[in-house]
Amino acid sequence: MTSVPAAESTQSVPGTPMPGAGQSLPLFGSGRPRWGERAIEWLLFLAAFVSVVVTIGIVAILLWESSTFFRGVPLLEFFTGRVWAPTFEPPRFGILPLLCGTLVTTGVALLVALPIGSIVAVYMSEYAPFAVREFLKPTLELLSAIPTVVYGYFALVFVGPMLQRVFADMPGANMLSAGVVMGLMIIPYVSSLSEDAMRSVPMLLREGAYALGANRMITAFKVVYPAALSGIGSAYILGISRAIGETMIVAIAAGGQPNFTLDPRQPGLTITAYIVQVSMGDLPRGSVGYQSIFAAGLLLFVCTLGFNIVGYFLRKRFRESY
Amino acid sequence: MKAIAELIARRKRQDRWFALLGLACTLIGLVTLVVLLAGLIRDGHHRLFDPTFYSSFPSARAVRAGILSPLVGSLLLAFVTILMAVPLGVAAGVYLEEYAPRNAWTTLIEINIANLAGVPSIIFGLLALGALIYGLHMERSLLVGGITLALLILPIVIVTTREALRAIPQGIREAAYALGATKWQVVWHHLIPYSLGGIATGTIIAMSRALGESAPLMTIGALTFITFLPPAPLQKQPPFVNFQWLNSEFTAMPIQMFNWISRPQAQFSELAATAGVVLILMTLSLNAVAIVLRYRLRKRIKW
Amino acid sequence: MFRTKMIMRVLLAGLCGLVLFGCSQPAAPVAPSNDTVGRSGEAVEGNGLSSPLLESAALAKLSGKVRIDGSSSLFPVIEVAAEDFQTATRKAVDVPIAHAGTGGGFKRFVRGEIDLCNASRPISEAERASCKEAGIEFIELPVCFDALTIAVNPGNKLESITVEQLKKIWSPDSQGQVMKWSDVDPGWPDTPLRLFGAGSDSGTFDYFTEAIVGKARSSRTDYTGSEDDNALVQGIKGDPGALGYIPFAYYIENTKSVKALAVDWEKDEAGPVLPSLETVVQSQYNPLSRPLFIYVNRQSADRPEVKAFVEFLLVNAVKTVAEVKYMPLPANAYLMALDRFRELKVGSGFQGKPEVGVRIEDILAREPQ
Repeated sequence: MTSVPAAESTQSVPGTPMPGAGQSLPLFGSGRPRWGERAIEWLLFLAAFVSVVVTIGIVAILLWESSTFFRGVPLLEFFTGRVWAPTFEPPRFGILPLLCGTLVTTGVALLVALPIGSIVAVYMSEYAPFAVREFLKPTLELLSAIPTVVYGYFALVFVGPMLQRVFADMPGANMLSAGVVMGLMIIPYVSSLSEDAMRSVPMLLREGAYALGANRMITAFKVVYPAALSGIGSAYILGISRAIGETMIVAIAAGGQPNFTLDPRQPGLTITAYIVQVSMGDLPRGSVGYQSIFAAGLLLFVCTLGFNIVGYFLRKRFRESY
Repeated sequence: MKAIAELIARRKRQDRWFALLGLACTLIGLVTLVVLLAGLIRDGHHRLFDPTFYSSFPSARAVRAGILSPLVGSLLLAFVTILMAVPLGVAAGVYLEEYAPRNAWTTLIEINIANLAGVPSIIFGLLALGALIYGLHMERSLLVGGITLALLILPIVIVTTREALRAIPQGIREAAYALGATKWQVVWHHLIPYSLGGIATGTIIAMSRALGESAPLMTIGALTFITFLPPAPLQKQPPFVNFQWLNSEFTAMPIQMFNWISRPQAQFSELAATAGVVLILMTLSLNAVAIVLRYRLRKRIKW
Repeated sequence: MFRTKMIMRVLLAGLCGLVLFGCSQPAAPVAPSNDTVGRSGEAVEGNGLSSPLLESAALAKLSGKVRIDGSSSLFPVIEVAAEDFQTATRKAVDVPIAHAGTGGGFKRFVRGEIDLCNASRPISEAERASCKEAGIEFIELPVCFDALTIAVNPGNKLESITVEQLKKIWSPDSQGQVMKWSDVDPGWPDTPLRLFGAGSDSGTFDYFTEAIVGKARSSRTDYTGSEDDNALVQGIKGDPGALGYIPFAYYIENTKSVKALAVDWEKDEAGPVLPSLETVVQSQYNPLSRPLFIYVNRQSADRPEVKAFVEFLLVNAVKTVAEVKYMPLPANAYLMALDRFRELKVGSGFQGKPEVGVRIEDILAREPQ
């Protein structure tokens, strides 16, 4: 950047008064009156406030439909019942099987994605030569660009039978294959963001560790990883949110059966897959079955909201500045 | 001395093993990608280069089925989504980055945006179903689909805008203020132009994700048997532009894929694979454009 | 900086161009190819099915939209009919078809949002009352049969099964109790029983439970339910102890993956019957052959495009239905249905619930209420 010669900076345009405190500048050029600025600021604020409006809208809709639902269904049964069968005769409304489904598939996915994603991130940021990194990073990101419908069928048709050869008695549609494929899909989220976080750690910290005789691996895990924890935490949280919210892979590959079990070799049904199952089916508005998707959605939303708030504050706490 | 030499040798070995492990893990991802793509192409290459596939409508007969209406539907949907999400998202990002004071309102908004980014896509579908279709009695139209997807990618656009604005050094702002510019002038004439590249990159990546989303569209009931296109926006009589197409029923690529996969005849599985290849090519080319843009930006703008 | 702006302008222009190009595609008719010849108004093999409305001159004058929603089971048939109809009218009539399910379709029908409702079960008492309240009259027309096939893994040695045994497998009391094949019949092997079937929010589910368990929607809940019958086929194919019920079309397209069991209904003393075109048309495959219906809004039936479409559907039904591997009604049943439509006879021949094992001609012969 060129520097401004100091001598000329105090010269003013002849004929115009110097602005005093609180006085507005006279108009020249393409200036605008001050009130236009306030109006624009308000407009921009409204735009940002839309996000709050959307959240309120989501909560309002979910609460509205669920309130009718909970008038007919006792809360105790909803939270402790072990059978989810809202459209059967007689209907049963225990959400635990759906929660189990979400937990198990998310758990399997994270078991795949978090370790692999972190190792890939460490490799790319600490070890990989420039050319390898510039090629691998966008290629891995392509994994996240594939439509989830394709992943679902990949899980059902390819991964499922492959896993069946390992676990003999397992049905073709099970939570394990869906979870594994979900994990594969999430790897780029975790690895890409973690790598960005690790790269923004200044070389200085690494050089200190090398000077003390550490190799790259020790530096990576004892120096860089903790320093980038805030960003890596964001990456993990994004991955977890993605896993909890994934719909199509589970809907296609996990079997459509609500199952109160923590065994991933069984078929299962998550909250999200249940909502899609109902949307594709037959429920007329106003029926208990229709309202059940809003009740399930409300639970899901509350969980992700709580989770994200915790994550937000944790990240703020661990944020390091250099 | 020997002990130290041994220690160094051990540590070097450790490094090599870890490098191998890292490479192996990366390869897991790559192998998955390759297997997926190979499988799709093997099943779907038959009609990939057949121009009638792109100009025919879906049909109950596999031989004549094509992806015209889902393709146009997806493109129109993308158009509507970008039109709604980008101005709103950029405005919100500008506010949060340049104008917002550090108070409780701002924290509230920031938490909200972080949360919305992690909300499952199907919840947006429920929102659209309850609020727009049943609440405001709107049709199951392109407009509703566009609004749903716009809300879905809005948080991503906002975050991208903020990151892009943060990358602009303070010096530029200060120079503009020093010359007497108002805040809005600084934003409009300097900050937005410089950050457009980053915003475009982020929007493109968000868009490629939205293109592959089928769950929220299914919830609002996008139809799957459409053998007509939305009415054209240009017409011969004044006022020469109409908005009927916004209100028209529509279908989209991932939904058509899902529909074809569910049919009993084997030829439809092939068609679904072909549609999948087209869809992936669309998202990949969008991603490629974004990557090239990002690379050019990093080269060109050196603060 | 300039280059980036240029790139983005080009991109935006390209996107706009694509959009405009897509929109301004003239609604070009798919060139009528040879295999749609035969779907026309002329009498088909002299069975008396014909209609003056379906002469090409009359068809050319039509325009407008015929809105259809309802059962996903009937969707494949209506889809083929709609496509041929659109070809025959040179795309002047749009026929958008959704498949929100029988119940969802009726809800929209009651609100007057659709002209035709596809149904995999007769209209219920509650839905009839809603129609009456809303002032909507309907014409009930059967279109074809579907046979629900009991499918098992190809390695399964069984050849037939009785309705009693099916009831034992599927009734709600069996949940957690009947877990192995030997629990149903001691002579059967000890393999774990894994069940597949329709999603609990579909007309198919309603019908199956009514026919087998005896009460609609009454079923055990620990089975894999799905709207996507291909997923069910995959599941049955992959599990030696699997048993499921799927539409006939999915069985016949996948005979290498699943095997059909002959069903023995004690009430009709016909012995075990395998589902096939003949057994269903001759009302031998019971109780799992079910008629599928369309319900036409009486007011919509006054519009020429709706009238033409319904007649087109009925006149060409035999060919259309065979193409998607469903079963047609007996020939005179279509004649009776056409007459009912032309006379605009409103009402239903059912009492608000499916009737198992009754011949379709007898139902059509009843005065609709």
